[in-house]
Amino acid sequence: MASKYSNMTVMGYRRENGRVGVRNHVLILPVDDISNAACEAVANNVKGTMAIPHAYGRLQFGEDLETHFRTIIGTGANPNVHSVVVIGIEPDWTKRIADGIRETGKEVAEFSIEQKGDFETIRAASWAAKDFVHKATEIQREECSISEIWVSTKCGESDTTTGLGSCPTVGNMYDKLLPEGITGFFGETSEITGAEHICQKRAINEEVGERWYKMWKAYQEEVIFAHQTDDLSDSQPTKGNILGGLTTIEEKALGNLEKIGRTSQYIDILEPAEAPKSGNGLYFMDSSSAAAECVTLMAAGGAVIHTFPTGQGNVVGNPIVPVIKITANPRTVRTMGEHIDVDVSGILRREQTIDEAGDALIEMIRRTANGRNTAAEALGHREFSMTKLYRSA
Amino acid sequence: MSNPAPNEIPHLLVHEHDDNVGVVVVEGLTAGTDMLCCVTHDNSTFRLTAGADVPIGHKIALKDLAEGDTAMKYGEDIGKIIANIPQGGHVHTHNCKTKRW
Repeated sequence: MASKYSNMTVMGYRRENGRVGVRNHVLILPVDDISNAACEAVANNVKGTMAIPHAYGRLQFGEDLETHFRTIIGTGANPNVHSVVVIGIEPDWTKRIADGIRETGKEVAEFSIEQKGDFETIRAASWAAKDFVHKATEIQREECSISEIWVSTKCGESDTTTGLGSCPTVGNMYDKLLPEGITGFFGETSEITGAEHICQKRAINEEVGERWYKMWKAYQEEVIFAHQTDDLSDSQPTKGNILGGLTTIEEKALGNLEKIGRTSQYIDILEPAEAPKSGNGLYFMDSSSAAAECVTLMAAGGAVIHTFPTGQGNVVGNPIVPVIKITANPRTVRTMGEHIDVDVSGILRREQTIDEAGDALIEMIRRTANGRNTAAEALGHREFSMTKLYRSA
Repeated sequence: MSNPAPNEIPHLLVHEHDDNVGVVVVEGLTAGTDMLCCVTHDNSTFRLTAGADVPIGHKIALKDLAEGDTAMKYGEDIGKIIANIPQGGHVHTHNCKTKRW
């Protein structure tokens, strides 16, 4: 059925594989921690590129290594990225990552440091990066349907106002745009604790719901119960959550789950950083609730815009995905206004309905997709945090 | 119960009628304030006197709560009450605790 959102279009970048991006980055991507310096030198040489330094990539193995590869490849493959220079210490894992990104059809140049040193690597990689910048700056945005935009969500520094205002705003957006064919992501596995009976029922069918529950239970047993030394108070909920008035994980979870609205159902579950393969719709990604880790994983899964409800004022951003901040807390609007893109504090004053707030967010998604820089982008927040499953060998 | 009068801003929001706690949504709430409370489910309102100075975002008991009771918000169980709390009192980590971890 046609709605007022059906004909909404945005000006995006259509990539070789058909996906639509809303930014046009040239990345200098390290395979491992010890290649960060070369990547940063290349990004310094060639303006209009961005290095994404990170902390890992050596001596990882098993599922932890697979998560690392998925995250790095997914970051390079994201449609917000035009082209990528990959640099690693040795050629084999470097090639694996470069080839993984090449599957999208975009241009990738790969360099390894051993037997060459930083100087020679930086020289050669800088030439490739400069070529990519010339190409990237000549391509034009084109009109694309809103249905082609992949939107993720995760909240942070939540308080009781997130469950009352900013999370239901995101939920209202999903209830309106998922029927138009967008792809959505939510997650934060441990943060569903207390609302898992509701979340399981929001699966498209019983089989998906059972797989979701199994995944949630595994996180409880293998992560929380295996390592807890107390009731996790101050960690989950965080110190900030508690200062904001959230008392228990159950209360936090029920507020969190408001982000999937009233009618939205998830169609499948994803490993950390895994790209959706079951078509348009909402996906649950198995992920930590730490803001930068979770946004990094969802960006690697292919989200091009992130919607981020906050209560007490989380300032997180991402290198490649614009992060739209939404708050209903009037004190946060007053004290941290430079971080906020969508002020829905009118909900608490009963001056604004959830329906109106959802429309305000959709309008901000449209403007952000068209090129408006978010607060996090303007303030230079580019947090990129790898998810580490266990110690390296 | 009635809808809030125009221009009157609520002090306390309650998600569901089954809830026994509500959320302070104004800054600087002081003990003794005659609070306008609004149930967001249907925008119905009632009044309650704040029993303490409670910061924005923190919770207030809608009725007397006893040790062992269940705190209800969103119409769901959000934890156990671990100390008696009078109606209008501040509900937080000092008197309410998770049942889960």
